[in-house]
Amino acid sequence: MLPSAPNHWFVRKVIYWRWAASVAWSLLLLPVCTALFVLLSRVSLLHPIGWISESFGLLCGSYVIFSLVLLFGVLLVVGFFNLEYYTAVPSIPCTKIALLGKVLHPRQCIHMLVHCMLGMLVAWCTAAMIGGRYRTLSCPCAVEEGAAPAACLNELHLFFLLAGGFVGYSYSLLGLLNNVNYISFKIIQRHKYLWFRSSLLAVVRYSAVRALYAVRNFCIFYYFLGYIPRTWICSTLGLLRDSSLHRLDSLAGLLDLPLLYHLWLSCCFLLLTWHVSVLLFRIFVSEAYSFPVQSSFSEDTSQCLPKVISEKEPMILKFLGLQDLAVLAHNSPCRRQEVFSLSQPGGHPHNWNAICTECLALLGELTQRLVLYQEVLSSNGRSWPPSCGSDHKSTSSETSENSGTEELSHTPRVRAGLKTPASSLFRAPVGGAGGTLPFTPDLDSPFSPAVTRRMAPDPSSPWHGSVQSPHLMRRGPKLWTSSAESPPDCVLPESPAAVPSPPAGAQKPSFLSLWFQNRQEQVKGFLAKRVLIMYLFNKLPEASSQALFADSQMHIWALQGLSHLVAASFTEDKFGVVQITLPRILSTMLMLQEAVDRHFKLPHASSKPMRSTCCLEDSTFKMLRFGLRSALKTALYRITGTFGQHLHAVQMSAEHRKRLQLFMDYKE
Amino acid sequence: MNSLALFPPPPPKGHITLYESNNQLVSGTSYDCYQKQEWDPPSLLFPRETLKPHSRPENTSKAAFLDHCDALWMRSAAAWRDSGLSGLLEEISNSSEVPRWLTVGSRWVLALHRWVASFHTSLFPHLTLSSEDLVAEFSQVLNWSDCAVRAFAWHPHTDKFAVTLLDDSIRIYNSKSSTAPTLKHRVQRNVAAMQWKPLCASALAVACHNCLLVWHVDPTSLSTRPSSGCAQVLSHPGHSPVTSIAWCPNGSLLLSASPVDTAMMVWDVAGENCVPLQRVGGGGVTLLSWAPDGSRVLAATPSSLFRIWETRMWTCEHWPCLKGRCQTGCWSPDGSRLLFTVQGEMVIYALTFSSVPGEPQGQTGGPKAAVIVADLSETTFSTPEGEIRLGGEVQSMAWDPQGERLAVLLKGDPETLDHPPMIAVFKTRTSPIFELLPCGFVQGESGAEPRLMQFHPNFANGALLTVCWSNGRISHVPFYFVSVGRPLPGLRGSPTLPFSQNQVTENGGRLLYTELSS
Repeated sequence: MLPSAPNHWFVRKVIYWRWAASVAWSLLLLPVCTALFVLLSRVSLLHPIGWISESFGLLCGSYVIFSLVLLFGVLLVVGFFNLEYYTAVPSIPCTKIALLGKVLHPRQCIHMLVHCMLGMLVAWCTAAMIGGRYRTLSCPCAVEEGAAPAACLNELHLFFLLAGGFVGYSYSLLGLLNNVNYISFKIIQRHKYLWFRSSLLAVVRYSAVRALYAVRNFCIFYYFLGYIPRTWICSTLGLLRDSSLHRLDSLAGLLDLPLLYHLWLSCCFLLLTWHVSVLLFRIFVSEAYSFPVQSSFSEDTSQCLPKVISEKEPMILKFLGLQDLAVLAHNSPCRRQEVFSLSQPGGHPHNWNAICTECLALLGELTQRLVLYQEVLSSNGRSWPPSCGSDHKSTSSETSENSGTEELSHTPRVRAGLKTPASSLFRAPVGGAGGTLPFTPDLDSPFSPAVTRRMAPDPSSPWHGSVQSPHLMRRGPKLWTSSAESPPDCVLPESPAAVPSPPAGAQKPSFLSLWFQNRQEQVKGFLAKRVLIMYLFNKLPEASSQALFADSQMHIWALQGLSHLVAASFTEDKFGVVQITLPRILSTMLMLQEAVDRHFKLPHASSKPMRSTCCLEDSTFKMLRFGLRSALKTALYRITGTFGQHLHAVQMSAEHRKRLQLFMDYKE
Repeated sequence: MNSLALFPPPPPKGHITLYESNNQLVSGTSYDCYQKQEWDPPSLLFPRETLKPHSRPENTSKAAFLDHCDALWMRSAAAWRDSGLSGLLEEISNSSEVPRWLTVGSRWVLALHRWVASFHTSLFPHLTLSSEDLVAEFSQVLNWSDCAVRAFAWHPHTDKFAVTLLDDSIRIYNSKSSTAPTLKHRVQRNVAAMQWKPLCASALAVACHNCLLVWHVDPTSLSTRPSSGCAQVLSHPGHSPVTSIAWCPNGSLLLSASPVDTAMMVWDVAGENCVPLQRVGGGGVTLLSWAPDGSRVLAATPSSLFRIWETRMWTCEHWPCLKGRCQTGCWSPDGSRLLFTVQGEMVIYALTFSSVPGEPQGQTGGPKAAVIVADLSETTFSTPEGEIRLGGEVQSMAWDPQGERLAVLLKGDPETLDHPPMIAVFKTRTSPIFELLPCGFVQGESGAEPRLMQFHPNFANGALLTVCWSNGRISHVPFYFVSVGRPLPGLRGSPTLPFSQNQVTENGGRLLYTELSS
């Protein structure tokens, strides 16, 4: 499965080319790495001239050339897997069982299997290049007198092959755990060469350290389990064991310093080439792309910025589009002019409308997600039911590659929608046409006390029972005020999901459902007492918070882009196209601000994760919620700071005006 | 070219410069003798004697304890942890328990290491300084190590400022509340600079001894001692002491620099990750200054070289200076002109950048050569008390946010009495042509020398210069004028002090420095 839409123009025209360029560069770097490897593999400080001349002689030898050809193939496959498995939104498992499911997923198994074999192949190449006692799998036995010459197993060669497979496997596993396939976007733009140069040293160091750990782990593995593959190989190939040599799964056999050095060097070589290809791929793919704002040809309109950021399919396209929006809004006045311009026949601000609507929809969707999460948390006093939430997750996180957020936002929504009609109101699109707010619990909205009271005694929803009455009514008007300027009658058609009253059957609890409910509770109680189950199903702290914000880089760019555009419109917008949408922008941002503020009051939301120091174990996604919070405040301050007192003329609800006043007084 | 000889003489001894009105600096005998504005920033006094500086920072508290005989490997591990490879080698070469060949070998390696290091420090002599001396050397504060007020920062949007005192505590004064929170943190040592985050109410970045601190001080909180949980600690190995920081004017990024680290760090403060921007040469970065329009950054190094980065693709342009290192620099409000001074020279240079709107393709769009715009060589003024010499090298410069006044802190000569440090103020105009005209000298109480100065970022009636003096006083000198470049705000337009109509225009019509800007 290629990045979700293999036939999309962007994937064909840009992503494939970037991938090809990154693979080409990593292939070009391979001979250099190989030469270094050969040089280091036969290092002898006492005879430097002999060492160097011998190495150069070897470099032109047939083994090295043949190995190079093989390694080219290996790197191509690794590059192909990079392209296949990359994601712009990391998947964050919320429980141990979800993590297990991720590891055992067939897709991941293929990845591990292939990398295992590739590792063996590389190990064979390195063994062949080092030569000497490692080169072949079988060697003539030490001839005893009277015995016929027979082929013996060269355990060193087997040791190398197994080590290669082991390192390939651990590369794949660690890559999964550390989200190496996650493409993070840098905070500043630089030329690709400079990025590569500045992170190359870190990658070399990282590979060396990883190789050290891999060698240690492999030695332990071989010490205990090494006899199994050895016996198997011996019996399959009919080789004998040379009893005159030390067995390698003994302490004396393993404490062979040249062997360990060569093993470490091979692992290092393997990891370095693969890590470099990952690094190059990341740098090339995450490079900024400049989309045209508008095009004079109708066939190119799908490649323009307003269209690009509204597309769902290749996630990377949406990310790059929003990044470009943030860049153009910040520092290119002539492209801003195109955004503010009117369409030629008709005089409609299509560009601005499309961009603004899409950004607001993104922000509204995040608000909605946060509110639902808080509802679920507050409704049952704990995080949502562990068994139910996580078994859903363990299956669904395997299937979708951008799962983390999708499923999290999806799971409670579906359940809430099924159980309580009240919560289904939240499914109404935020920032829909006409500036209506979907969350309107005032008198004219379906959230009127009458509705909630009618639904309150619904016993069929054990953990949503308390959603209805007091919470929502108490909190509702404070959080979601209807905008004063929107006519009350346009609320109802906007949210049709809220209108239908709950089905009659759900109101009268049948005997069957009560019995079923009881059974369910009993099973849950039984399972909760088992330690292993609890261990597997307990939520990891703050993981759910990270998963909520896993794609927040998009929201950060949307906020930056919108706020810069609005601030620039103060002087550059000739036709006043931004003014029409200013109330909507402000209210969306303020609602998001409220939801984010509430989110940070939850436990674990504001605790900070450990910082990983390496460039490849990118953990920026763990801090995205902090970035979003600060970007949101900065965006609001940018707008209030630019417009100043003029904002008093903007129509908005009293609650929002109060919040905005805090920003205007620099008190937030 | 402008020179100090064209300046009016400084006010007589005992007089204090109070404000500027009608193009003249008015002086009086005490700070209380002029009419107050609606909100006057408090004129604070922190007597030097009441502040206790930190005792000499030791690496460990080892000396306070009895000597304890550890095993060799424990001592070696401790030495490795404390001071790295050289410490380990020293420990081995000094101990008697190890075999002789190891002692000799480690001595040899140590000697080799020292020889290489001395070669390195002969290229960059500042690397031999202790970190406290480094801060004192490269700080913008005159005589930093013995100054009661070590750093000062106005909030960019509101009437609020932060002051760092000699005891490394930070106090925040606000026009709207009477509580003055005091910020203290375990790692808040040797504060060299502070800056408030733009487009934010609460975040204050502090450059400390071995890290960066970002305080989040809730403006509505009534607490006078915010806990150290309100501070984010940002550190990077090898990046200490931090002597200069600069926020991006749009509030998204923070730059930090250390004189011993050749890389300057670009921080994403919320995400707590950083990108090092490495450039060999120069031996470190001492001073950062972000142009107000956010497009360029000045980065000075300890050697005679400074760089100007453009912030789209983060490429840089080298400027090798002739005589010494770049001591200070400041940008015009539109970011098109940079004034800087060089150590060992008594002139102000200017660089003009072509501010091409649109998309400069990865170049700073810079000029080919710097122009001398002012000569600050020593000039003798005769006052009733005798002759006084003013001028010399520049410690720091500040340009007010409207580009109308330029304050220059002159170092003076600490050896002689008649050559004190002094603040000279120029009138400037950036459009249509760049002009520098003399305005006058700012003098404090008798015996007080200026140490540090900063302009208020949005003073309504002109410019407000805040000066920290050597006796611990912080005073504010308003310059009342109507800005030419700025449209008059509707309601609060006219300055509070009335203008007299019959004033002499522009110093008797002498245009002192003009440069036709292309």
